[in-house]
Amino acid sequence: MIVIRKPGVLASVQDLGRHGHRQLGICPGGALDVLALTLANRLTGNADGAAGLELTMGGCELQFETDTRIALTGDDFSASLDGVPLRSCWSVPVAAGQTLKLAGANAAGVKKTGLRSWLAVAGGIDVPQVLGSRSTDLKAGFGGHEGRALRKGDRLALGASRLDAAQRARRAFGLRGPDWGAEEADGAIALRMLPGPEFEQFTLAAREQLRGERWRITPQSNRMGSRLAGAELKRKRSGDMLSSGVIPGTVQVPPSGQPIILMGDAQTTGGYPRIGVVIRADLWKLAQAPLNGKLRLVQVDQAQALAAWAEQQRYLAQVAQGLAAAGWPRAA
Amino acid sequence: MSGTPPPRLHLLGDAALLCELPAPATLAQQQRIWALAERARQWPGVGETLPGMNNLTLTFDPTAIDLDTLTAQVLDAWPRLALGAIEGRLVEIPVAYGGEHGPDLADVAAHTGLTPAEVVRRHAGGEYIVYLLGFLPGFAFMGGLAPELATPRRAEPRTAVPARSVGIGGEQTGIYPLASPGGWQLIGRTPLALFDPKAEPPTLLRPGDRVRFVVESVQT
Repeated sequence: MIVIRKPGVLASVQDLGRHGHRQLGICPGGALDVLALTLANRLTGNADGAAGLELTMGGCELQFETDTRIALTGDDFSASLDGVPLRSCWSVPVAAGQTLKLAGANAAGVKKTGLRSWLAVAGGIDVPQVLGSRSTDLKAGFGGHEGRALRKGDRLALGASRLDAAQRARRAFGLRGPDWGAEEADGAIALRMLPGPEFEQFTLAAREQLRGERWRITPQSNRMGSRLAGAELKRKRSGDMLSSGVIPGTVQVPPSGQPIILMGDAQTTGGYPRIGVVIRADLWKLAQAPLNGKLRLVQVDQAQALAAWAEQQRYLAQVAQGLAAAGWPRAA
Repeated sequence: MSGTPPPRLHLLGDAALLCELPAPATLAQQQRIWALAERARQWPGVGETLPGMNNLTLTFDPTAIDLDTLTAQVLDAWPRLALGAIEGRLVEIPVAYGGEHGPDLADVAAHTGLTPAEVVRRHAGGEYIVYLLGFLPGFAFMGGLAPELATPRRAEPRTAVPARSVGIGGEQTGIYPLASPGGWQLIGRTPLALFDPKAEPPTLLRPGDRVRFVVESVQT
């Protein structure tokens, strides 16, 4: 069991998402940074699809009631386990009674880089599967732990670990993770995107601004979408659009001209023009981009998008290989 | 079926394809959308199919099927779709109209120039078609509202529309599956659950279904 002592801004149970039900209006949800959850799961010997916790802006406290093994990925928010620093992308044994603390995003001395952290625990968080997933659908109120964000005092059960007791107790080790929240030279996080279906509906100036602007991520952002502030993107002519599918990464532009990049909990269909779509390989960067941080959108073509995806898969394959060599169960 | 223009195809990110038909949206075109969805679900490498209004989004795994192959398959299948295959069910939805269940019935009556009782009679007299589900789990975008019942959305959207409220928004009618913010004019409420994640299937309605509202009670 894990006990939530302090949930922080938003803590929820998430796995790789609830897929296959979009045509019923059910969003995929799941960990916004799939790469981070996958790494955390592999570090704790879990299958990739095991459920973990998505933590937002630190400021949380969890206590373990059993001996187990954990990994924290994404931003570590100066995490500590009973006072001993716990770094992102480390696989660490935990003894019953120990407490994991993440400092608040605004606490003194916290090196602020990202926005979210993912915690995997050996065996995964054992909540019932609903429509094929353990993810919490916060908007519709189902899945995860009682269909809601975690609260102080919640107790979460753990599934059966694929590691044996000796493996779980093995001394800590880490791996080199992706550069979460890394900024480009101009202080902005660069996201690669493909032009969206309505790209041509925007003025030439708007298309230039889309790529030239350093977009600020406003605090109104959430798991449904990152709301950006910057230049006003204008269409050549206004006009209603019929409802059409949207996916995580879609950059839609409401009449205000301020783009929204949709994330996992966004609705399945939208009616705003889609000027671009962030490529899958960069969605994790968006999940990590801090509020009030800056984003830059870089236009690429599909071949580049697929190459970036392949590179990410190669990285994950290397991680899997390294862990297998250390005696960890094969990634599944 | 000759003479139906093929869909315009556009990537939606690196792993989804949008198939979009020329305006205007018609039931005949939407039936082709459903048929294409049905067909595409059987293709290796295609993940989800999501009908929109007059369009279809397909997600695919680019390592299993490349864009050129998928494009060719869509264009090849398009003129040869079996439209009769999609036979929607008829779903009857009981509604308590007006009063606390439909606080905007009087406003809709005022806007349309009809009496509240007449609004109810005409709303329940129609047969509606579910074009697609979106916005919320189980939220059906339905066509078939009598033109004289069309009423603009409320100037100030409600922050919390009760679950199962039946509303009119412009030329559409629909039912809120869950409590959510919303701007539609609320004319009634149904006791039926539109979405139950533990049920199989989880939504009461599916694309292609026909819907009739049955008057359970009226308060004017």
